[in-house]
This record gives sequence, C-alpha cells and structure tokens, in this order.
Amino acid sequence: MLNVADILETIGMIREENLDIRTITMGISLLDCVSDDADRLCSKVYDKITRKAERLVETGVAIEREYGIPIVNKRVSVTPVSLIGGSISPEGYLKLAHALQRAASTLGINFIGGYSALVHKGMTEGERNLISVIPEALAETENVCSSVNVATTKAGINMDAIRLMGSTIKRAAYLTRDKDSIGCAKLVVFANVPEDNPFMAGAFHGVGEPDTVINVGVSGPGVVSAAIRRAGDVDLSGLADVIKKTAFKITRVGQLVASEAAKRLDVPFGIIDLSLAPTPAIGDSVARILEEMGLECCGAHGTTAALAMLNDAVKKGGVMASSHVGGLSGAFIPVSEDEGMIAAVERGALSLEKLEAMTAVCSVGLDMIAIPGDVSEEIICGIIADEISIGVANTKTTAVRVIPAYGKKEGESVSFGGLLGTAPVMSVRPYSPAKFISRGGRVPAPIHSLKN
Amino acid sequence: MKAVITVTGKDAVGIIAGVSALCAEHGANIIEITQSVLSEYFAMIMLAEIDKLDLPFAEFAEKLAEMGRARGLDARAMHEDIFNTMHRV
Repeated sequence: MLNVADILETIGMIREENLDIRTITMGISLLDCVSDDADRLCSKVYDKITRKAERLVETGVAIEREYGIPIVNKRVSVTPVSLIGGSISPEGYLKLAHALQRAASTLGINFIGGYSALVHKGMTEGERNLISVIPEALAETENVCSSVNVATTKAGINMDAIRLMGSTIKRAAYLTRDKDSIGCAKLVVFANVPEDNPFMAGAFHGVGEPDTVINVGVSGPGVVSAAIRRAGDVDLSGLADVIKKTAFKITRVGQLVASEAAKRLDVPFGIIDLSLAPTPAIGDSVARILEEMGLECCGAHGTTAALAMLNDAVKKGGVMASSHVGGLSGAFIPVSEDEGMIAAVERGALSLEKLEAMTAVCSVGLDMIAIPGDVSEEIICGIIADEISIGVANTKTTAVRVIPAYGKKEGESVSFGGLLGTAPVMSVRPYSPAKFISRGGRVPAPIHSLKN
Repeated sequence: MKAVITVTGKDAVGIIAGVSALCAEHGANIIEITQSVLSEYFAMIMLAEIDKLDLPFAEFAEKLAEMGRARGLDARAMHEDIFNTMHRV
C-alpha cells in the first residue's frame, strides 16, 4: 500500500497549501475557418470552438472530482486572429471578438486567448486593423484576451509596433475607466512569445501546432513555501534540492491531469507549463517564497538572486516530471495577483525598476502592474521597450501587462476581483524617452541571434 | 481501479463504521485500512476497490465528503493515481 506519510503530504498540499492545477487550456487551430467575409468567418469560428471544446469544462470538472485536485481554470486558446482575419475591416475584427466571447460564454470557460497579432518584424494591413480595435474589443467583451508580439531575438524589435501599443494600452485603459481600466489586464505585449502557453492573457495557438491540443499550467507557490519552511536552516544547495523535489511532485500531478484530460477529450497532449503561478489568496504567493528563502521583504537587495535560484530549481525539478515542457515555464511575478508582491509594493520595498531586474531571471515580465493614469504614451512605450529588450538580449520570453489606471495616482489602487486581484498604483520615472521612441523603425537583432 | 479514502480530524466514536457502511452501501470493496490517533487527531486511510460502485465515483466522493462535514471531519476519496504519480518515480 501507499505510504501513509506520502498520502497525508498530498492531502496537506491540497488542503492547506493551495496546490492546484492552474489551467487546462485547449488550443484550437482556426486556420480552416478562413473567410473573406467577416460574418461567415465569425460563424465558422464560433462553430469550430464550441464543437471542439464542447466537453472541456465538464471533463475538467470530472477530473477535478475524481482525483481530488482543484483545477482552477478551463480555457481555450486559438490561432492569432490576425492570421485568419487577413485584411477584414476593423469592424470585422470587432465582430470576431464578439464571436469569441459568445463561444466562451457558451462553453463556460473563463478566458479565451488569441485575439492576437505577431508583428515582430512588420505589420500587415490586417494586423493593423486588428490592433486598431483591440481597446474596443477588450471593453466590449469580458473573457477575450489579447496579445501582440513586438520582438524576437531573431528579428529584433519593431519599435513602430511598440509605439502603436503605447497608444493602444492608453485607449484600452480609457475605454474601461469605469472598471479600473481592466481592459489592460487582458492585453499583453510580448517579446519571444511562446506558441503553446496555456496562461492568460498571453495564450494563443501557434501555427506549428496540431488542430487541437491540451496544454496544462501547474501552480503551487504555497507548497514550495511550506516545503522551504519545513526544511529549516539548510544551505543553498540543500534549499535548491528541496525546491526541486517539491516542483517534481507538483508537476507530476500536472502531467497526470494533462494526460487524463487529453485521453478523455481525445485531443493530443501538448505541454506542461512549469510555472509557479500565484493567486491573491494568502499562502499562494511567489513573493512569500522569496521571503521564506531568507529575505526580509520581497524587493530587498538579494531578491533577484533568490528568484533566479528558485526559477532554476523549479525547472530542474519539473522537467523530469513531465514528458513535454513548454509555454512560459518559470516563476510568475505579477503584482496584483500575488498577495506578497502587493504587500511589498505597499511597504515601499518593491519598485518598478526592481521588478524589471527580476524579469531578467524568471518568466514572464512586468505583469499586472498599475501605474498612474496620466503617464504618457511615450513613457509606456519606454517601459515596454526596456522590458522587451531584456527578452531579446537574453533569448527569453518577456512581456508587459501594465495598467495605466485612468484617473488614479500613485498611492491609490485598482481592484479587478477574482484571480486578477488588486494592484497598488506604482510610481514611474517622469523623464521622457519620446525622441528615442519616435525614431521608429526596427532595433536590429542581437549578434547572438546568428547561430546558424 | 482503486481509490484512497482519507479521513482526518478530531477523533470520535464510529468514524470507521460510518465510512465502511458507506463503502458497503455503494459497492466499494475495502482492501486495506490503517489509522492512527495522535493527541486526539485522527487520521484514517483506506484503500478501496471501486470497480463495482453503484454510482459514479465523483458522486461517491461527494457523499463521503458530506458525511465527513456532518461530523466535522475532512473526508476525501481520491483516485489512487494522484498519489502514485506524485510519490513514485
């Protein structure tokens, strides 16, 4: 029989340490829905998504109940819609957002991602049309998520796209001003975006993927935190070992759920995303892990080092536990979605600059950070350009999800409820990068991208 | 298929009787049982064969959880694979 201590350990992880599967995300290709007529496109898209993911939620719930492990989110990611919309009009793209929303409502999923464009080297007319209505789409729908990839290590940085995103983010904030600018919480600007990421808001179904696929994102910051606490005064090698073992156990559960979901839905299994994804709940925080490792407060000098070690150990433990790893795979550090991060910002210990440094050693980027509503477009572009450069120079994914909270100032906060949480409005540097940003064009790819 | 049934909480009379009765009522065959009481804290673990259950396993798990709640206990029935995958390489 199974070891009693092992059984009680698993139960304890679920009951007291918030172990859960963060998301089962079904990727669905929409390439076969292409049509030059927006209405026809919308109906084909709606039909395909609702047909393919018809049993997604019920299957997720059944697995959750049989295995006794909470599966927090059931989601769908689709082919970046700019690839199937082609040059349909901005109005057509807006209709498409509503079609995605209808599909999400019918299925009962909590997010649908893929209202996206890949413009790292340049932009087609269709991509321009899509981006022009992203703010309206996010304001008029509830569960549709959008992402735009503006750079890759191979292609360099499309500064024209960053300029466009600066104004897009500001407009999304304005159009959702009555809801604390929540539109921006559903919009991510990426560098080196992965094509199989199950996490929102940046999930989409890449072009190299099969028709449908199941990707799973695991979680478990509370479990890692508790394991470190129990380990006591071990040295850093010992600590890395504790984290690796814990990550292995968490990921094994993710692999089990992913294979089971793939089997029951008769859809190929794609990847496990080895991420430590926090929630605003007490005891489910990445910042608290860093503090458990020995920092007085997240944001203290030493935070980047602790995070780098944590991130590496999570991957090392997780990689053996799953057959295919992908997506973002690393510790997430969203401010609003992490109780410890929020506390660190409120205490004055954690700044935007420190968060930026931290993103160099983990996934994903400046995530769910509220900034004052009157911050200029150029400064937002500067924030994006800095973060994107970290990704491009380090051949990793980085992203920016900032919320210029309309009408709010530093010291106030925005609240989105649910997993999106609450964010204190953080200060940004007031000096202008306008001339640099307005030069436009492309930042050339770094020399180390030439690997062939 | 086997399920692991766990009941934890404050010790009281009749916990095992209650769980066993529920298993018998719905056709879950108890294969192994172990329990310990540590300073009034009760932990019981049961391995049960559930191929002949007369209702879906998820519903059985819910009935068990309800029974636990009524007695102030945490009672769970979970597919054994979650423990196997987590603790065995």
